[in-house]
Amino acid sequence: MAVIRDPMPAFELFQPTTVADAQMVLRRYGATAWVLAGGLDSLDWLKDRIKRPEAVVDLCSIPELKGIRETGEGLEIGATTTLTEVVRHPVVRERYSILLEAAEAAASPQIRNQGTIGGNVSQDTRCWYYRAGWPCYRAGGNICYADTPESINREHAILDADRCVAVNPSDTAPALIALDAQMVIQTADGEERVVAAEDYFVGPGIDITRMTILQPGDLLTAIRLPATWGGARFYFEKVRDRQVWDFALVSVASAMVVSEGANGPTIDRMRIVVNGVAARPLRLQSVEDLVRGRPANEATAVVAANRAIEGARPLRFNGYKVPLMRNLVKRAIRGEATA
Amino acid sequence: MNFLTWGRNPWDQPILTHISWDLLWASLFAGVAFLVAHASYMVFSAHRKRHADETDAMEAAHAHLPGRIVRHSLVARMFHWVMASAMFTLLLTAFLPIAGVRFPWVTWHWTAGLVLTASILFHIIHATVWLDFWSIWVGPRDLPELKAEVLREFGHDVPGPRPGKYPLGNRLYHLAIVVAALTVVASGLFMMVRVQTPFLTRNPYIFGDSTWGLVYVSHGIAGVTLVGLVIAHVYFAVRPEKWWITKSMILGWITRRQYLEHHDPDRWAISRSEGSAVQ
Repeated sequence: MAVIRDPMPAFELFQPTTVADAQMVLRRYGATAWVLAGGLDSLDWLKDRIKRPEAVVDLCSIPELKGIRETGEGLEIGATTTLTEVVRHPVVRERYSILLEAAEAAASPQIRNQGTIGGNVSQDTRCWYYRAGWPCYRAGGNICYADTPESINREHAILDADRCVAVNPSDTAPALIALDAQMVIQTADGEERVVAAEDYFVGPGIDITRMTILQPGDLLTAIRLPATWGGARFYFEKVRDRQVWDFALVSVASAMVVSEGANGPTIDRMRIVVNGVAARPLRLQSVEDLVRGRPANEATAVVAANRAIEGARPLRFNGYKVPLMRNLVKRAIRGEATA
Repeated sequence: MNFLTWGRNPWDQPILTHISWDLLWASLFAGVAFLVAHASYMVFSAHRKRHADETDAMEAAHAHLPGRIVRHSLVARMFHWVMASAMFTLLLTAFLPIAGVRFPWVTWHWTAGLVLTASILFHIIHATVWLDFWSIWVGPRDLPELKAEVLREFGHDVPGPRPGKYPLGNRLYHLAIVVAALTVVASGLFMMVRVQTPFLTRNPYIFGDSTWGLVYVSHGIAGVTLVGLVIAHVYFAVRPEKWWITKSMILGWITRRQYLEHHDPDRWAISRSEGSAVQ
């Protein structure tokens, strides 16, 4: 399908200054409305004329969605806080450095200045068959062009595929899940709903046309970081084709609490998440259960890494993701510095 | 209401994608409407079955028959219940997500589809080799029975033919199920190459877009038809006057009196293996 990159088709632009006003517009336009934050995902869709909303609701004039606030329980980050602001915040730097690393790994400085954390976690997949406007499952059709005998699917899923083999492109999402973050959603009915970051993302088995649980009219307003994992031993690594600016082929984020035992450091508890391997960031609970109480050493890393890739089902061109994921999990447990 | 859903392929040509899901609600409505209409009719109708004194006389004349008549063998009953489980799983996994209940349904759906396919293949072989194959089918020879049954429904005493092993309604229902189930199974087997399974390499290009459109539409039409048919089947299975048939699908037998009351002994002769000792 030809991609047209001339000026965008016309739409009504709304720039509300309160969440209530934004939701009023979203309710009025229903599924034909489009929520715009930093615009880095949205403008591609709109300029390619693949998404043609009647109304665009720009959230960047809503003060209550901006900024980072310290709370009794931890930290609350407004959904339209830019990635640069996240990276520069002293408490993030001191207590949640894994989020800093993940946010800093996203795209380029210019994009981080414009891109928001809410947009980064809510962005759509980068499967190019889908992004080019092909009528695949995710676009409401009944075919996956990325998983055929001829498909080019080097970047696609090796786990949890269900008809669609697209992957989640977010860098901050695995870090937020590792931190056990809470996503604050203002539903279309005006009610506040708080869900675990892990449950914010959905796979194609549950909803093949969405990456998150957000329904038309819903808004992600904030992300809460609990103190539970603050200051833990963190590990984040993103492997990409180009170091300067690219989406992750595979990324890993982990938070580990280690105590010194008689036989060396022992893993008391851990949260570990991989992204770029499935349509949603995957928390590896079986690995977490496996390593709990074990020494943080090479043997544990090897066993855990092998557990992590159980069930992996590579496509024609992405078999390399299996050893890549295995090695990233291994490195996360070793806690070794990024190469 | 739309009947079909259209999409566009990468060459921007219009292609059929599937039936409109409005048809699901139409089928559900039709099934429930039939249920209500039939139940209302049964309240006021005077369906004529064989008179008690006539049945008494037949019992005396057929005293040599055993007390229990085998209606469904264990194998036949097992097939029925396996197929019923597969059918319910298929319908629930197909239509609950459309109704908004979201869960990973695809693997459950094709697994149940394979169970249904296997059970149908088994049934074809079993019915052909070990059962009276033609007893379940309908044809021109059943017209007198159809006429007699219709008249009985309207309260007339008709001496005409009684059913053989299967009442006419059962046979007509079986015919409808055969058409719908074979359509859904055949189209479903082709559709399995569009999803990931351990058995096949995924390849949506074995057919062109328009052929796939027909496969999806056939699958959808057969699927929503089965919704209505299953509603009707469950309804008849739980109706008090049909409970003797349902019970026989659980226990395998009917009493000699039920046999004589509802069937024509000339059209369903009891063989030695279909009788069992009087309890």
